[in-house]
Amino acid sequence: MKLLRGRDLVCRQAVELMTDYLEGRMSRSGRRRFEAHLARCPNCTEYLAQIRETIRLTGQAAAPADLPPQLRDDLIQLYRDWQSGQ
Amino acid sequence: MDDADLLASLRGGDERAFVALVDLYQGPMLRLAASFVPSRAVAEEVVQDTWLAMLRGIGSFQGRSSLKTWLFQILVNRARTTGTREQRTTPVVDPARFDDTGAWADPPSEWVAAADDLRLAARIREWVDLLPERQRQVVLLRDVEGLAADDACAVLGISETNQRVLLHRGRSRLRQLCEDEYREAR
Repeated sequence: MKLLRGRDLVCRQAVELMTDYLEGRMSRSGRRRFEAHLARCPNCTEYLAQIRETIRLTGQAAAPADLPPQLRDDLIQLYRDWQSGQ
Repeated sequence: MDDADLLASLRGGDERAFVALVDLYQGPMLRLAASFVPSRAVAEEVVQDTWLAMLRGIGSFQGRSSLKTWLFQILVNRARTTGTREQRTTPVVDPARFDDTGAWADPPSEWVAAADDLRLAARIREWVDLLPERQRQVVLLRDVEGLAADDACAVLGISETNQRVLLHRGRSRLRQLCEDEYREAR
Protein backbone atom coordinates (compact mmCIF):
# COMPACT_ATOMS: atom_id res chain seq x y z
CA MET A 1 0.00 0.00 0.00
CA LYS A 2 1.36 3.38 -1.03
CA LEU A 3 1.38 6.02 1.65
CA LEU A 4 1.60 9.73 1.28
CA ARG A 5 5.10 10.82 2.20
CA GLY A 6 5.60 13.20 5.04
CA ARG A 7 2.07 12.88 6.32
CA ASP A 8 0.80 11.13 9.37
CA LEU A 9 -0.87 7.81 8.98
CA VAL A 10 -4.60 7.82 9.48
CA CYS A 11 -6.54 4.98 11.09
CA ARG A 12 -8.09 3.88 7.81
CA GLN A 13 -4.58 3.27 6.44
CA ALA A 14 -3.23 1.80 9.66
CA VAL A 15 -5.74 -1.08 9.70
CA GLU A 16 -4.51 -2.11 6.25
CA LEU A 17 -0.93 -2.32 7.52
CA MET A 18 -1.53 -4.55 10.53
CA THR A 19 -0.46 -7.77 8.80
CA ASP A 20 2.60 -6.21 7.16
CA TYR A 21 3.58 -5.00 10.62
CA LEU A 22 3.01 -8.33 12.36
CA GLU A 23 4.80 -10.18 9.57
CA GLY A 24 7.78 -7.84 9.79
CA ARG A 25 7.40 -6.81 6.16
CA MET A 26 7.72 -3.06 6.59
CA SER A 27 10.56 -0.73 5.75
CA ARG A 28 12.23 0.84 8.76
CA SER A 29 10.62 4.22 8.09
CA GLY A 30 7.25 2.58 7.47
CA ARG A 31 7.45 0.82 10.80
CA ARG A 32 8.41 4.02 12.58
CA ARG A 33 5.42 5.82 11.13
CA PHE A 34 3.11 2.94 12.01
CA GLU A 35 4.37 2.76 15.58
CA ALA A 36 4.15 6.55 15.93
CA HIS A 37 0.50 6.28 14.93
CA LEU A 38 -0.16 3.51 17.44
CA ALA A 39 1.50 5.55 20.18
CA ARG A 40 -1.11 8.26 19.87
CA CYS A 41 -4.11 6.18 18.75
CA PRO A 42 -5.72 3.97 21.42
CA ASN A 43 -8.29 2.70 18.90
CA CYS A 44 -5.70 1.35 16.48
CA THR A 45 -3.71 -0.04 19.42
CA GLU A 46 -6.86 -1.85 20.49
CA TYR A 47 -7.41 -3.03 16.90
CA LEU A 48 -3.90 -4.47 16.75
CA ALA A 49 -4.43 -6.23 20.10
CA GLN A 50 -7.64 -7.69 18.64
CA ILE A 51 -5.83 -8.99 15.57
CA ARG A 52 -3.28 -10.64 17.88
CA GLU A 53 -6.09 -12.14 19.96
CA THR A 54 -7.80 -13.34 16.77
CA ILE A 55 -4.59 -15.12 15.74
CA ARG A 56 -4.28 -16.68 19.21
CA LEU A 57 -7.89 -17.88 19.16
CA THR A 58 -7.51 -19.19 15.62
CA GLY A 59 -4.56 -21.26 16.86
CA GLN A 60 -6.94 -22.97 19.26
CA ALA A 61 -9.27 -23.79 16.41
CA ALA A 62 -7.44 -26.93 15.29
CA ALA A 63 -9.81 -29.62 14.11
CA PRO A 64 -10.61 -32.04 16.94
CA ALA A 65 -8.86 -35.38 16.51
CA ASP A 66 -11.98 -37.49 16.94
CA LEU A 67 -10.95 -40.20 14.54
CA PRO A 68 -13.68 -42.82 14.08
CA PRO A 69 -12.38 -46.17 15.46
CA GLN A 70 -13.02 -47.92 12.15
CA LEU A 71 -10.92 -45.41 10.24
CA ARG A 72 -8.19 -45.68 12.82
CA ASP A 73 -8.14 -49.47 12.47
CA ASP A 74 -8.11 -49.17 8.69
CA LEU A 75 -5.10 -46.90 8.84
CA ILE A 76 -3.27 -49.21 11.23
CA GLN A 77 -4.00 -52.06 8.83
CA LEU A 78 -2.64 -49.94 5.98
CA TYR A 79 0.58 -49.52 7.88
CA ARG A 80 0.86 -53.23 8.72
CA ASP A 81 0.28 -54.20 5.10
CA TRP A 82 2.93 -51.76 4.00
CA GLN A 83 5.37 -53.08 6.57
CA SER A 84 4.83 -56.76 5.73
CA GLY A 85 5.43 -55.92 2.09
CA GLN A 86 8.78 -54.32 2.87
CA MET B 1 -16.35 -14.66 -42.29
CA ASP B 2 -12.92 -15.95 -41.31
CA ASP B 3 -10.33 -14.03 -39.30
CA ALA B 4 -8.64 -12.53 -42.34
CA ASP B 5 -11.93 -11.17 -43.67
CA LEU B 6 -12.92 -9.91 -40.25
CA LEU B 7 -9.60 -8.16 -39.78
CA ALA B 8 -9.76 -6.56 -43.19
CA SER B 9 -13.29 -5.33 -42.48
CA LEU B 10 -12.37 -4.03 -39.03
CA ARG B 11 -9.32 -2.22 -40.33
CA GLY B 12 -11.41 -0.85 -43.15
CA GLY B 13 -13.85 0.66 -40.66
CA ASP B 14 -16.74 -1.74 -41.28
CA GLU B 15 -18.84 -1.41 -38.17
CA ARG B 16 -20.81 -4.56 -38.93
CA ALA B 17 -17.66 -6.62 -38.51
CA PHE B 18 -17.18 -5.16 -35.04
CA VAL B 19 -20.82 -5.81 -34.12
CA ALA B 20 -20.44 -9.39 -35.30
CA LEU B 21 -17.42 -9.82 -33.01
CA VAL B 22 -19.25 -8.28 -30.08
CA ASP B 23 -22.19 -10.61 -30.62
CA LEU B 24 -19.85 -13.55 -30.65
CA TYR B 25 -17.54 -12.74 -27.77
CA GLN B 26 -19.09 -10.27 -25.35
CA GLY B 27 -20.84 -13.07 -23.43
CA PRO B 28 -17.92 -15.50 -23.27
CA MET B 29 -15.49 -12.74 -22.29
CA LEU B 30 -17.76 -11.44 -19.57
CA ARG B 31 -18.04 -14.90 -18.14
CA LEU B 32 -14.30 -15.43 -18.13
CA ALA B 33 -13.61 -11.96 -16.71
CA ALA B 34 -16.04 -12.60 -13.86
CA SER B 35 -13.85 -15.47 -12.69
CA PHE B 36 -10.96 -13.06 -12.08
CA VAL B 37 -12.60 -10.02 -10.52
CA PRO B 38 -14.91 -9.59 -7.54
CA SER B 39 -17.97 -8.06 -9.18
CA ARG B 40 -20.04 -8.05 -12.33
CA ALA B 41 -19.48 -4.30 -12.72
CA VAL B 42 -15.71 -4.72 -12.70
CA ALA B 43 -15.97 -7.63 -15.14
CA GLU B 44 -17.93 -5.43 -17.54
CA GLU B 45 -15.25 -2.76 -17.29
CA VAL B 46 -12.56 -5.29 -18.06
CA VAL B 47 -14.42 -6.46 -21.17
CA GLN B 48 -14.96 -2.87 -22.26
CA ASP B 49 -11.22 -2.22 -21.86
CA THR B 50 -10.50 -5.33 -23.85
CA TRP B 51 -12.54 -4.14 -26.82
CA LEU B 52 -10.76 -0.83 -26.71
CA ALA B 53 -7.35 -2.50 -26.52
CA MET B 54 -8.31 -4.74 -29.43
CA LEU B 55 -9.25 -1.77 -31.61
CA ARG B 56 -6.06 0.03 -30.69
CA GLY B 57 -3.96 -3.01 -31.43
CA ILE B 58 -5.72 -4.19 -34.55
CA GLY B 59 -3.33 -2.36 -36.85
CA SER B 60 -0.33 -4.24 -35.51
CA PHE B 61 -2.01 -7.60 -34.90
CA GLN B 62 0.09 -10.15 -36.80
CA GLY B 63 -2.41 -12.96 -36.86
CA ARG B 64 0.00 -15.46 -35.27
CA SER B 65 -2.88 -16.67 -33.14
CA SER B 66 -6.56 -16.55 -34.03
CA LEU B 67 -8.44 -13.36 -33.36
CA LYS B 68 -10.39 -15.17 -30.67
CA THR B 69 -7.26 -16.33 -28.85
CA TRP B 70 -5.78 -12.85 -29.05
CA LEU B 71 -8.95 -11.32 -27.60
CA PHE B 72 -8.94 -13.76 -24.69
CA GLN B 73 -5.27 -13.05 -24.09
CA ILE B 74 -5.92 -9.33 -23.80
CA LEU B 75 -8.86 -10.02 -21.55
CA VAL B 76 -7.00 -12.31 -19.16
CA ASN B 77 -4.06 -9.90 -18.89
CA ARG B 78 -6.38 -7.08 -17.97
CA ALA B 79 -8.54 -9.15 -15.68
CA ARG B 80 -5.44 -10.37 -13.82
CA THR B 81 -4.08 -6.91 -13.11
CA THR B 82 -7.51 -5.56 -12.28
CA GLY B 83 -8.26 -8.57 -10.11
CA THR B 84 -5.20 -8.01 -7.98
CA ARG B 85 -5.73 -4.29 -7.81
CA GLU B 86 -9.32 -4.74 -6.71
CA GLN B 87 -8.42 -7.32 -4.16
CA ARG B 88 -5.73 -5.11 -2.67
CA THR B 89 -7.79 -1.99 -2.52
CA THR B 90 -10.93 -3.51 -1.06
CA PRO B 91 -10.72 -2.23 2.51
CA VAL B 92 -10.75 -4.77 5.34
CA VAL B 93 -12.71 -2.46 7.63
CA ASP B 94 -16.02 -0.96 6.50
CA PRO B 95 -15.13 2.56 5.25
CA ALA B 96 -18.27 3.86 6.99
CA ARG B 97 -16.49 3.32 10.32
CA PHE B 98 -14.04 6.15 9.57
CA ASP B 99 -14.73 9.87 9.35
CA ASP B 100 -13.67 12.15 6.49
CA THR B 101 -10.14 12.46 7.86
CA GLY B 102 -9.72 8.67 8.00
CA ALA B 103 -9.90 8.49 11.81
CA TRP B 104 -12.16 6.00 13.57
CA ALA B 105 -15.73 7.30 13.85
CA ASP B 106 -17.04 3.96 15.09
CA PRO B 107 -14.02 2.56 16.97
CA PRO B 108 -13.46 -1.13 17.59
CA SER B 109 -15.53 -2.48 20.50
CA GLU B 110 -13.35 -4.05 23.16
CA TRP B 111 -14.27 -7.70 22.92
CA VAL B 112 -10.99 -9.35 23.93
CA ALA B 113 -11.87 -9.72 27.63
CA ALA B 114 -15.13 -11.41 26.63
CA ALA B 115 -13.50 -13.94 24.27
CA ASP B 116 -13.88 -16.88 26.65
CA ASP B 117 -17.44 -16.07 27.70
CA LEU B 118 -18.46 -15.79 24.06
CA ARG B 119 -16.59 -19.01 23.22
CA LEU B 120 -14.92 -17.20 20.36
CA ALA B 121 -12.29 -19.89 19.76
CA ALA B 122 -15.05 -22.37 18.96
CA ARG B 123 -16.85 -19.83 16.82
CA ILE B 124 -13.65 -19.07 14.90
CA ARG B 125 -13.31 -22.77 14.14
CA GLU B 126 -16.62 -22.51 12.27
CA TRP B 127 -15.87 -19.13 10.71
CA VAL B 128 -12.56 -20.26 9.25
CA ASP B 129 -14.47 -22.77 7.13
CA LEU B 130 -16.66 -19.98 5.79
CA LEU B 131 -13.78 -17.81 4.57
CA PRO B 132 -13.27 -17.55 0.81
CA GLU B 133 -11.25 -20.54 -0.36
CA ARG B 134 -7.81 -18.96 -0.76
CA GLN B 135 -8.03 -16.98 2.47
CA ARG B 136 -9.14 -20.14 4.25
CA GLN B 137 -6.17 -22.11 2.91
CA VAL B 138 -3.69 -19.50 4.10
CA VAL B 139 -5.35 -19.05 7.50
CA LEU B 140 -5.48 -22.82 8.04
CA LEU B 141 -1.78 -23.26 7.29
CA ARG B 142 -0.53 -20.13 9.03
CA ASP B 143 -2.76 -19.55 12.02
CA VAL B 144 -4.35 -22.93 12.69
CA GLU B 145 -1.41 -25.21 11.86
CA GLY B 146 1.26 -22.65 12.67
CA LEU B 147 3.37 -22.92 9.51
CA ALA B 148 5.89 -20.16 8.77
CA ALA B 149 5.11 -17.81 5.88
CA ASP B 150 7.75 -19.37 3.58
CA ASP B 151 6.42 -22.85 4.22
CA ALA B 152 2.80 -21.84 3.59
CA CYS B 153 3.89 -20.24 0.29
CA ALA B 154 5.71 -23.41 -0.72
CA VAL B 155 2.77 -25.65 0.16
CA LEU B 156 0.27 -23.51 -1.71
CA GLY B 157 2.58 -22.47 -4.54
CA ILE B 158 1.83 -18.78 -4.12
CA SER B 159 4.04 -15.71 -3.78
CA GLU B 160 4.92 -14.19 -0.42
CA THR B 161 2.97 -11.03 -1.27
CA ASN B 162 -0.08 -12.95 -2.31
CA GLN B 163 0.09 -15.03 0.84
CA ARG B 164 0.29 -11.90 2.96
CA VAL B 165 -2.68 -10.24 1.24
CA LEU B 166 -4.80 -13.36 1.74
CA LEU B 167 -3.70 -13.70 5.36
CA HIS B 168 -4.51 -10.04 5.97
CA ARG B 169 -8.00 -10.41 4.56
CA GLY B 170 -8.67 -13.65 6.42
CA ARG B 171 -7.48 -12.38 9.80
CA SER B 172 -9.28 -9.09 9.39
CA ARG B 173 -12.49 -10.92 8.57
CA LEU B 174 -12.21 -13.16 11.62
CA ARG B 175 -11.54 -10.15 13.86
CA GLN B 176 -14.62 -8.45 12.45
CA LEU B 177 -16.75 -11.52 13.15
CA CYS B 178 -15.53 -11.57 16.77
CA GLU B 179 -16.51 -7.93 17.14
CA ASP B 180 -19.91 -8.54 15.52
CA GLU B 181 -20.50 -11.40 17.93
CA TYR B 182 -19.62 -9.20 20.89
CA ARG B 183 -21.86 -6.37 19.74
CA GLU B 184 -24.75 -8.73 19.20
CA ALA B 185 -24.37 -10.27 22.65
CA ARG B 186 -24.20 -6.92 24.38
